[in-house]
Amino acid sequence: MSSTATGIGAPVRRKEDFRFITGHGQYTDDVVRPGETKAVFVRSPHAHAKIKNIDVSAAKKMPGVVDILTGAQLATDKIGNLICGWMIHSKDGTPMKMSAHPALAASKVNCVGDAVAVVIAETTAQGKDAAEKVIVDYEVLKAVIDPAKAQAKDAPQIHADIPNNTIYQWHLGDAKAVAAAFAAAKHVTKIDLVNNRLSPNAMEPRAALAEYDEGTDNLTLWNTSQNPHVARLVIAAFVGMAPEHKLRVIAPDVGGGFGSKIFIYPEEVVCLWAARKVKRPVKWTSDRSEAFLTDAHGRDHVTHAELALDANGKILALRAKTIANLGAYMSTFSSSVPTYLYATLLSGQYNIPSIYCEVDAVYTNTAPVDAYRGAGRPEATFVIERLVEVSARQLGLDPVDLRRRNFITAFPHQTPVIMAYDAGDYNASLKKALEIADVKGFGKRKREAARHGKLRGIGYSTYIEACGIAPSQAVGSLGAGVGLWESAEVRVNPTGSVEVLTGCHAHGQGHETTFAQLVSERLGIPFENVSIVHGDTDKVQFGMGTYGSRSGAVGMSAIVKALDKIEAKAKKVAAYVLEAAEGDIEFKDGKFTVAGTDKSAAWGDVALNAYIAHKFVGADLEPGLKETSFYDPTNFTFPAGCHICEVEVDIETGKTEIVNWTAVDDFGTIINPMIVEGQVHGGIAQGVGQAMMEGVVYSAEGQLVSGSFMDYTMPRAHDLPSFHVGLTETKSPSNPLGIKGCGEAGAIASPAAVINAITDAIGSEDLAMPATANAVWSALQRATPRQAA
Amino acid sequence: MAMTMTGEVQLPASREVVYAKLNDAEVLKACIPGCEELIKSSDTEMSAVAVTKIGPVKARFKGKVHLTDLDPPNGYRISGEGDGGVAGFAKGGATVALTEKDGGTLLTYNVEAQIGGKLAQLGQRLVNGAAKKVADDFFKNFQAHIAAG
Repeated sequence: MSSTATGIGAPVRRKEDFRFITGHGQYTDDVVRPGETKAVFVRSPHAHAKIKNIDVSAAKKMPGVVDILTGAQLATDKIGNLICGWMIHSKDGTPMKMSAHPALAASKVNCVGDAVAVVIAETTAQGKDAAEKVIVDYEVLKAVIDPAKAQAKDAPQIHADIPNNTIYQWHLGDAKAVAAAFAAAKHVTKIDLVNNRLSPNAMEPRAALAEYDEGTDNLTLWNTSQNPHVARLVIAAFVGMAPEHKLRVIAPDVGGGFGSKIFIYPEEVVCLWAARKVKRPVKWTSDRSEAFLTDAHGRDHVTHAELALDANGKILALRAKTIANLGAYMSTFSSSVPTYLYATLLSGQYNIPSIYCEVDAVYTNTAPVDAYRGAGRPEATFVIERLVEVSARQLGLDPVDLRRRNFITAFPHQTPVIMAYDAGDYNASLKKALEIADVKGFGKRKREAARHGKLRGIGYSTYIEACGIAPSQAVGSLGAGVGLWESAEVRVNPTGSVEVLTGCHAHGQGHETTFAQLVSERLGIPFENVSIVHGDTDKVQFGMGTYGSRSGAVGMSAIVKALDKIEAKAKKVAAYVLEAAEGDIEFKDGKFTVAGTDKSAAWGDVALNAYIAHKFVGADLEPGLKETSFYDPTNFTFPAGCHICEVEVDIETGKTEIVNWTAVDDFGTIINPMIVEGQVHGGIAQGVGQAMMEGVVYSAEGQLVSGSFMDYTMPRAHDLPSFHVGLTETKSPSNPLGIKGCGEAGAIASPAAVINAITDAIGSEDLAMPATANAVWSALQRATPRQAA
Repeated sequence: MAMTMTGEVQLPASREVVYAKLNDAEVLKACIPGCEELIKSSDTEMSAVAVTKIGPVKARFKGKVHLTDLDPPNGYRISGEGDGGVAGFAKGGATVALTEKDGGTLLTYNVEAQIGGKLAQLGQRLVNGAAKKVADDFFKNFQAHIAAG
């Protein structure tokens, strides 16, 4: 479909990879400013304690110490709290209860890792030595870690002004209709699930470098952000660090985010504040131990869910009650994840007449929890796809058949939980996946495995997600504090090369390649002649960053709109160059022609003429060729598909091997199939990690005991098979390119597919994530108690 | 992270002698592995500095030691909490019981301990082994001290 070898649909190799894999990336820690100092944070070893006193006198005398700052000084300087930017209202209409979140705790710590002071030193080693000498006198309080216990009457109270540690008690849907449907149902399936807490573990740890210019009173922050403009807005408007026009935020190369770098964290606020105080640049780079402790974690839901069906396996209603653990403080978008990014997707790919979901969000003495790859949608998919699979087993139906009976087949489809699905073909992706996975041959493979002492199981996940985040008015009505449009500025240089300034931010997605492909296709110019500029608030006017699989659907749509304007202006210039009427100018494959003649002008000629302005007078046409567009989508996009996982379980040890993985996804228009496939691979790996390996563990006292890679298992290449990846396509009608987004699908689809496969193999539903060999073996023992001798 | 541990050691001295040594700050200082300082502020209160290494984390702990449930010569309870700065904290206690056996004294101990901060984050899988080694070393030293008279 591509008109050039580097246009839309071409599997172009990534432009950015050469610099990344040859060590030429420029990450925050690589930026070095003259006179730079290093920040080392003093963190609480207690999950919950009052700070009685902080003595920095001995520490201040240590070699290389520039200054030591505490939460009390932060308060004196009137540095504002960090905020959560999405308002959720409880069932009773009351607004969510957000506690104060100072960047340095002054009177009380609420989780292990809470920062209480910062040492500014000449070197990190000197800072660490001095941090050892900071004496903090704590009065240790009882901690609550388990979200299911946080609301108990005798639970420790974490924030004095927030009773029962309850942030909100939210609901969505029609409780009465659901109750009636359950009363009339022939069959009800009930499940209890824990969506395990995850550590994001981006390859590059978080970092911040702040510099204060006394001459201009300007502050500059280099940080590992997925959305530098939003960081600037929050730090200016809410934290009150500096006026927005006096604060520049630069997010250079960023090595992975997965959501964890969307948020505004205490460390970047402290570095800015400290830089102004010590009048020298201040840099902090998280070490891996700090990353485990302080990066916002993901998931952590405890859910009871029920599905009502009639005698024919038609779904009548769904209800769910979830407790969401938001940790010790509300992170930037934490409130939206277990509400509007979760309950709104509980309809899955199915025509469900009524749905009711209740969500209680609670504080616990743990690190904050916020969006992590998929953010709410993996949790929803796990609920609905486990319910459907278990229902089929309980009813003695083929899980594929039960899904088919309930698929939505007519679009647009209004679900009972806000979302209006605009396009999709769920039977098509299922059918293709069944073929690729050779489901027909599964019985034979299962018998073969049994001969080798292995239990073979197959599990499905027909997932849907809402991406292309998001129509501003819609999210505004749901409580979002910002609009979620995207901006683009296209600058055509006099020589015809093009710079695209985007408000999206790349931290592994390959925007420098895919966005350039779009421009190459549209303007018919070589891919090499296009540069993508992002991540600097002084260059890009405003943008909302990258998360929620939004950069293609929303960010590229903004580029399309700006390119439309560029073409219109270029045609005016071409009309002067070619001495023809503007209406007769045609533009194709990088060439302007006059309709019905052989007169033509190359792209470069027109670009040059736009700037030299010799062929027209300023009164008729402004010189230059630069256009800006802000694009606000009309709807979410709804990527969907079918993942099929096949496992073999060793009966004696519980060791589970994924022997086959099929993913058939409908992402709408694909810009670069190689990058899309990479996104699918990475997403599946993270979902398999959640399903089989990963899990953040706090002790009952609130100590993080999975705080290193010795104890927190990440998936490795040998844990995964070669994936069989296929595509189906229905275009999204909600954006000009028909893109749906692909960044999160793998992580959303895969946990349910894995657990459905393992539970199929072992014949028991009593299995929690992560399904480690020990967990699977234990489930096998519970399911088939050994006979007494 | 809480852990518990029990053990016993046979000592070639009377309960009275053993009990007296268990209350002697100089003896305790000599026997506690890594102990750099132990200063008695009263009969039941001491302040201590000790260096401990658990896995990758090495820390100098400053803390207080309390003796309670004093029941000469049958035993006591020794407890303490130490602050290791950025390495975290450790706190715990041991109930020590002395019984006559084979002409000497059988000392039995019952330890429970908690660690927090970086120690727990990095060293939790190693803490049982490390704590057992500290206890073993202490009683080996103590036994040698008693044997030497």
